[in-house]
Amino acid sequence: MASGTRALGFGLRALGREARGGELAVLFGAVLVAVTALTAVGFFTSRVAGAIRLQAGEVLAGDLRLESGRPLEPGGAYAREARARGLEVAETVSFRSVVFQGELSNLAVVDGVGQGYPLRGRVRVAEAPFAPGRTIDGVPKRGEAWVDSRLLARLDVPVGGTLKLGELSLTVAHALDYRPDQGSAFDSLAPTLMIAYEDVPATGLLRPGSRATWNLLFAGAPAAVAGFEEWLRAQKSPAERLIDVGESSEQLKSAMERSGRFLNLSALATLLLAAVAVAMGARRYALRHLDTVALLKCMGASQAFVLGVTAFELVSVAVAGALAGIGAGYVAQAGLAALTRSLVPEALPAPTLTAAWLGLGTALVIVVGFAAPPLLQLRRVPPARVLRRNLEAPPLRYGLPYLLAAAALLAMLFALVRDVRLVGYVAVGLAATAGVLALAGWLLVRSTRAVRGAVGVAWRYGLANVARRGRDSVVQIVAFGLGLTVLLLLAVVRNDLLDAWRRSLPPDAPNHFLINIAPSEVDPLKAYLGEHHLGSPEFAPWVRARLTAVNGQPLKGRMPKSDRGRAFAEREQNLSWSRELPADNRLVQGSWWHDPDPKQPLVSVASEFQEELGLALGDRLSFDVAGETIVATVANVRKVRWDGFRPNFFLVFSPGVLDGATGTFMTSVHLEPAQRPALTELVRRFPGITVLDVETLLGQVRELIDRASLAVQYVFAFTLASGVFVLLAAIQATRDERRYESAILRTLGARRRVVLQGVAAEFVTLGLLSGVLAATAASLAGWQLATRLFGLAYRFDALLWLAGLGAGALLVGVAGTLATRSVVAAPPARTLRED
Amino acid sequence: MEVSSPDGTLTIVNDVSLAVAAGESIAIVGASGAGKSTLLAILAGLERPTRGAVFLNGAELTALDEDGRAAARAEHVGFVFQAFHLVPALTALENVMLPLELVGRADAAQSAAQALDSVGLAARRGHYPRQLSGGEQQRVAIARAFVGRPNVLFADEPTGNLDTATGARIAELLFEQNRAAGTTLVLVTHERALAARCARVVELDGGRLVGDGHG
Repeated sequence: MASGTRALGFGLRALGREARGGELAVLFGAVLVAVTALTAVGFFTSRVAGAIRLQAGEVLAGDLRLESGRPLEPGGAYAREARARGLEVAETVSFRSVVFQGELSNLAVVDGVGQGYPLRGRVRVAEAPFAPGRTIDGVPKRGEAWVDSRLLARLDVPVGGTLKLGELSLTVAHALDYRPDQGSAFDSLAPTLMIAYEDVPATGLLRPGSRATWNLLFAGAPAAVAGFEEWLRAQKSPAERLIDVGESSEQLKSAMERSGRFLNLSALATLLLAAVAVAMGARRYALRHLDTVALLKCMGASQAFVLGVTAFELVSVAVAGALAGIGAGYVAQAGLAALTRSLVPEALPAPTLTAAWLGLGTALVIVVGFAAPPLLQLRRVPPARVLRRNLEAPPLRYGLPYLLAAAALLAMLFALVRDVRLVGYVAVGLAATAGVLALAGWLLVRSTRAVRGAVGVAWRYGLANVARRGRDSVVQIVAFGLGLTVLLLLAVVRNDLLDAWRRSLPPDAPNHFLINIAPSEVDPLKAYLGEHHLGSPEFAPWVRARLTAVNGQPLKGRMPKSDRGRAFAEREQNLSWSRELPADNRLVQGSWWHDPDPKQPLVSVASEFQEELGLALGDRLSFDVAGETIVATVANVRKVRWDGFRPNFFLVFSPGVLDGATGTFMTSVHLEPAQRPALTELVRRFPGITVLDVETLLGQVRELIDRASLAVQYVFAFTLASGVFVLLAAIQATRDERRYESAILRTLGARRRVVLQGVAAEFVTLGLLSGVLAATAASLAGWQLATRLFGLAYRFDALLWLAGLGAGALLVGVAGTLATRSVVAAPPARTLRED
Repeated sequence: MEVSSPDGTLTIVNDVSLAVAAGESIAIVGASGAGKSTLLAILAGLERPTRGAVFLNGAELTALDEDGRAAARAEHVGFVFQAFHLVPALTALENVMLPLELVGRADAAQSAAQALDSVGLAARRGHYPRQLSGGEQQRVAIARAFVGRPNVLFADEPTGNLDTATGARIAELLFEQNRAAGTTLVLVTHERALAARCARVVELDGGRLVGDGHG
């Protein structure tokens, strides 16, 4: 205990002295830059993610939605609890009913909305059917209705006219252009009529047992919403369905996941660079402390004492660097947010504190993790080194001890992104890259010996250094190479992958779905679309059916736990069939059919469906298709890109199987604003066809892509800064040795320029090699990420190799030479005396 | 003491039997490579001999593990080195405070300041090693060696890195401090003149003791 206190006291004093003497500057700097970058990114992305969540909340008209088949009292326990937690609450009820206007009638979805609706997003109305909309605050007044243009067109009612709903007579106050929660799910086929919640009883349509969906909407601060969601999940009855933003729209969910991955990848890159910089800093710290440790041991310090003092110093540096970094990171993100203000329309929500904790944790993990191996080595420095300098400590090992550090780092990465696949790819990719870099570095070190005789004195000295430093050169190549790889990879992500994503939603991406198309209407509709220059889209067949059994076992026994899985099992599903694998789909299991036998039905399932229901290839699924049972075998599993805005299905059958079912068709088209009036005529000419407007959703996804791109761009700036720091740390690592060497060379009569040229030759060689390897690694990693993680097409880019070579030679060569200049300039006599 | 390498086993110090009385000053001399520094390292418990035993103040150093020997050094031993071995990040005063701080002495700063005064460096307390001349650095090292009042002082070529005049002044200081403290002095040197100032001189050749006489 006494010795522990003594070590602590001594450690404190040593810390102060070393900090004053500048010994800890490199390590502190590495931690500072790392944490600044990480927290700036973390703070900023938490704000962007918050903005994205708010935006995504539009699809639900709130952050959270509870659906029930029985009335949910606006003043009930759920709403009370939500209000107590500071959340806003609004109630809605939705049911189908026929709306009359004189002799004309049409089925509509009636939405009774309470005060406060919508909690997220805005309602848009127009003053004539299909006219451009404007946003409006508030909800319909009592006795008023806001009515879908399609319904107005079918009932031939102008704005200002009257409609009859049950026992209630309503005035059409506006044409309803858009409501946030209209969704793109094909459940809401009928056009909407929006009325005040208080008017619903007066219609006389809702009696006990009526089919209706009562909803409670909740919105508020993310933490409060998350807490309430947890509470509500435990409280609600199984019949009540809780939907959060992620479950609301496949398109938006898909886009959100992708944007999250882009941001995570950037944060990962920053963290990795930081780890490399800290590892280099820690290594230098250990090397510079060999003599001091030998001296302390010679004076009687025990191994535990030495370990305690060094550990205390390192942890203190980590904490100090982290705290300074968190402060700097906060300032940096504020600047970043200010910079992007013109590009991000509404104010960003405040950052969460998670990034600060993450910064502190990361600093500790990487400092302790990467400093531990050299630190443990320090403990073993033989005290007799004070008598004979050549008595090295057992050499610093790079293999096994760093596995621990790597494991700690992976744990940190996982804590950061919570994405096993992403971390897995990064880990395997980095290990492979580091391995190849080490091997190539070793080969280079060996091969430089051969060419030494054939080059001038400066290059000979430089190459000799590369070879002589052997293991250190390999370490430097690995550090430079990893740094450049991460930077180039981020460049790939920033340019190529984000572009590929944007390209996947071109300006003419479909913004309207046409569904319920009878087989007899397909050809006339094609002709109509042709006449009005609306393109010639593909028509997908479409049948509604319910899943009844898996492998002959009724679903009752194997009901999924999640609400989403239950919805898959309980609700009617949209089925389609296809000869080819649909666009925007990728096979992940099994194979696609070629000339399948219609007597042996096959079905292809989307990965979401397969995961929620725990299906395997070869499982037999029974469907109730309009009273007829069809049993199909699962032939393959598809990953669907939902944010591509083309008709896609969870379930696709082999051709011929559903021929007997009375199906309809669906398609999607792109309409310019000027072409929208053509819709009025389309709805009149093909009254059975339902038009779904997904323009808003498309806009939301586009905006999401733009925001993610923007955030990645800015994150890139920080990653670049930490990359430069890795280079500096790697260069610093051999600074002391270089001082001594250059002093000897200059004493022997070498001119400063020659020594400097030698240093430049060494760094340019290291940089070129690291650059080539880094470009190769970044291309491969980019390709893997694009195809496996992001589901995007990737093109190999020759420019990347040039960039790698150029960046390597230039960055490493110039930075290395510049950083070593002062070392070479130091008067040799002084250097030699000090040593 | 043996060292093994792929080329075979090299015996550096062999069959040395040496007793040093308390308060005695003894010089170990010999040509380069004779094994002087290795013998010193073994005597001070910095290294363990392959065979044989070393006793310090009646305790068997060779029976202790590294931490045990470190504790013995902290209690009984001081060092002066050829290469000074001051910690570059610490000032002169802080360097002298080191051994006292290691044993947890509360008066470290005060005692260190007195020690620096006694070697004539009162004015250089706040200077870093790089700001001191070679002779001044060695004086700091001597102050550091004596500040903990060790029973035994080991000095390894203490004037080896200094010019003749400075070396002579440092030697003078070393013996003067030794006399004042009554410390046992074990001095390794290849300079006959310096060795002659010790009460006893032993000579090593090829790792063996070939002479033991009075200076």
